[in-house]
Amino acid sequence: MSSEHGHIESAKNYVLVFAGLIILTVATTAVAFVDLGALNVAVALGIATCKALLVALFFMHVKQSSQLTKLILIGALLWLAIMIGFTLADFGTRGLFGVLGR
Amino acid sequence: VETLALREQFDTAAQQKEASTLGMWIFLITEIMFFGGMFLCYTVYRSAYPHVFAEASRSLNVYIGAANTVVLLCSSLTMVLAVRAAQLGRRKAIVTYLVLTLALGLVFLGVKAVEWQEKFAHHHIPGQAGFHLEGLAPDLQGQAQLFFSLYFAMTGLHALHMVIGAGIMIALAYWAYKGRYTADYVTPVDVGGLYWHFVDLVWIYLFPLLYLIDRVAK
Repeated sequence: MSSEHGHIESAKNYVLVFAGLIILTVATTAVAFVDLGALNVAVALGIATCKALLVALFFMHVKQSSQLTKLILIGALLWLAIMIGFTLADFGTRGLFGVLGR
Repeated sequence: VETLALREQFDTAAQQKEASTLGMWIFLITEIMFFGGMFLCYTVYRSAYPHVFAEASRSLNVYIGAANTVVLLCSSLTMVLAVRAAQLGRRKAIVTYLVLTLALGLVFLGVKAVEWQEKFAHHHIPGQAGFHLEGLAPDLQGQAQLFFSLYFAMTGLHALHMVIGAGIMIALAYWAYKGRYTADYVTPVDVGGLYWHFVDLVWIYLFPLLYLIDRVAK
């Protein structure tokens, strides 16, 4: 093969990842109808994150990517976490101390 | 046949590939932040009006949503197989897999169009004079409109990305057919694949958040 890409994944592995994604889709749809209380959201987002990891690591080749690409991705997720975390910290604590005008 | 193997500003093919991949990832990161803002907006309003958002979410057809998720995942499989075919230099296979990806993408968009059409039929269009979500008091209809505004903004922008992706598939399939991509030059297929998978990733989060998390009536 060419020097441009060292390793070419087998088609079988891609099909296995795909099968995993389908199983997780069926699982998340089925579990949505089971009353888990507040855990319903956590389970749905947990399964979604597993699916996202499968797509990113294997289909988007993050697993074989350079350290630099991985670092930049982690940095992006950090900024996303800051945006979501700080905004929810604001909305979640409004009115907490009964300050007028909030 | 033109192969466009190595541009003069790069020392090696590996360096050229690395630059392209990194550039695409940085673009996708701006997309993560773009969609992230909408996911955040959804989260804030959902926590503000949990009851109405749950009621509105239950009005969506979860089976159509799940089936469409499967369609999109199939298109991601054919996309990654197109990239693999390019790495192996199999011209015909690249074209076949890209056309399959395009077809599955169009199926997804078609199903989405049917879903939107239903919203018009049921008066679930925000801003529509006759907007009405069944089972909700009149003073809560505004909050329901907010849910559907977010629903249309998020699925609409996702669908727009799919339309752009379909255009990319057509261009890639054409050039692949013309023999532009060889085992030594797969970067456009690879980078186009990253875009397609990213659009899939967005849907992986849209599906549970819009369709699933409020299925159990409390």
